[in-house]
Amino acid sequence: MSSTTYAAPPRRRRGEGLKALLWMSPWLIGFAVFFAYPLVATVYFSFYRYDLFTLQFIGLDNYRYFFHDDRAWISIQNTLWLVVFMVPAQLIFGLGVAQLLTRLKAGAGFFRTVFYLPSLVPVVAGTVAFVFLLNPTGPLNQALEFFGIAAPDWFGDKDWSKPGLTLLAMWGIGNTMMIFLAALLDVPKHLYEAAAIDGAGAWRQFRSITLPMISPVLMFSAVTGVIYALQYFSQAMIAARVASGVTDSAGSTFVPGYPELSTLTLPEWLFHSGFRDYSMGYACVLALVLFVASMIFTLILLRQFRVFTDDDGGNR
Amino acid sequence: MTTLAARPTATAPVRQASRRGSRVRKTLYWIARHAIAVALALMFLGPLVFVALTALMSDNQALTGELWPDTWNWGNFADVFARSNLLTWTANTFMYAALGTAFMLLSSVPVAYAMARFRFRGRKLAFLAVITVMMLPPQVIAVPVYLIWARMGLTGTLWPLILPMLLGDAFSIFLLRQFLITIPREYTEAARVDGCSDFMTLLRVILPMARPAIAAVALFQFFYCWNDYYGPLLYAQTNEANWTLSIGLASFRALHSVQWNLTMAATLLVTAPVIIVFFFAQRVFIEGVTLTGVKG
Repeated sequence: MSSTTYAAPPRRRRGEGLKALLWMSPWLIGFAVFFAYPLVATVYFSFYRYDLFTLQFIGLDNYRYFFHDDRAWISIQNTLWLVVFMVPAQLIFGLGVAQLLTRLKAGAGFFRTVFYLPSLVPVVAGTVAFVFLLNPTGPLNQALEFFGIAAPDWFGDKDWSKPGLTLLAMWGIGNTMMIFLAALLDVPKHLYEAAAIDGAGAWRQFRSITLPMISPVLMFSAVTGVIYALQYFSQAMIAARVASGVTDSAGSTFVPGYPELSTLTLPEWLFHSGFRDYSMGYACVLALVLFVASMIFTLILLRQFRVFTDDDGGNR
Repeated sequence: MTTLAARPTATAPVRQASRRGSRVRKTLYWIARHAIAVALALMFLGPLVFVALTALMSDNQALTGELWPDTWNWGNFADVFARSNLLTWTANTFMYAALGTAFMLLSSVPVAYAMARFRFRGRKLAFLAVITVMMLPPQVIAVPVYLIWARMGLTGTLWPLILPMLLGDAFSIFLLRQFLITIPREYTEAARVDGCSDFMTLLRVILPMARPAIAAVALFQFFYCWNDYYGPLLYAQTNEANWTLSIGLASFRALHSVQWNLTMAATLLVTAPVIIVFFFAQRVFIEGVTLTGVKG
């Protein structure tokens, strides 16, 4: 270890390529088998009717059916709803809570732990709990009625099921909050001091210092939030199952989206088409729609955050 | 703002009066902020408290919407074990999570190391591929991947979720690479000059330094598997012997239709291990989460 002062040996540009290939070979095989091949196969199957037993070429029929499939459009609308309302709700709430945490002098560590805790609750457990809490006679509605507010039937009402899921998402805000908190604590203190001397109020300081300083983190969370919203599956599925009381198993009568398809998301409809109705070719059409949507946001992410791919991770 | 107040200021009476005023205002703000924090804490903890209270109610009381148990039915937890295969579900979930995590570490650490340290053409491209896979909704490739496992006769088991971990996990590679890249090159160069092979450098130099990141990635993976619903739903739903906790819990209400108390007791039993682990490994978590974000 005495050689740290040595000049670095000339870098061998050649040779490392082969070595890297060898070291990364598990991942490269994984990429080929579980990404590249399935993508190509998805395009291939989208031109076929396939139910696990017979494979029949049907040209563009699956695509034609897509344009006449009401449930596909409802599921896309629901997924868009989540993008437009759930993601901003999470971002604003997460930022608000993080901002509050930076201002607490007493018990900051305690509050941070408490606010983070729900995000660890298993998805199924959290969703089952929320369906119970938000049932018509549940504690939340009792509280609302106490204040004279007419309480909705959350997961039993098609207009309130998605807001119910949004509440669940806000409850599990922990990870976003932590990322925002780290970003807020990184903002140099002297900026605020200088602004305070100049007479800037709290709101002005937030707009002119905090927001610009944390905007990369905010953008990052927004884009990843959208990508996760496009994948939104488990909570919607479980809420519908628990609220309707019907089990989902192959061949059962359960149709996701209860009540009245209001919680049917695009990934759910894809899953149902492929693995419950066994219209696997059609499921591949839905998969391609989902793929294009998520790729758009992935590309935005990659363009916006070159830091990610910097050789030194943006640290030097 | 605090530093401003601490500064020595002019002693003119007017200034003093305004200082007293601002001190009062500051105290009020302090109270307001902490009051909001307490209210939020109650909102975050409330659901868990209600779950726990309902879990202890009698069958009939759990349907009434009352909040406080008349009688404390601790036997409900035993009932959950008696009426469901909770132990089998737990064993299956544990196998999935433990093997999944072990396999992921085995495969992903070397890949992340190669991406962070070796110089080769296409290294940027390889990393872009990792991010793309990480962001891909799992449902997009579900049909062909399912068919692979069906052909191998492994549908109905959890192996389609465990075995791919031997080929690296995109999220873990991403996170590890982001951490490894911050380790100054001097360390690895020094090891090389001392005649260490790449493998020994990874083992002796990198692994000890990367312990927090590896711990975080392992915990994330374990929790991901423990909480996973989509994967087991796709592959193991049809075979009750291979159900995980998430599949079992999601079916619980339908199987025991009106017994909210038992459903809540089961919910609590599924949640408890995760919370307990968190309290022991809080630091690892919090450091890991901030690693997932981008530096401002």
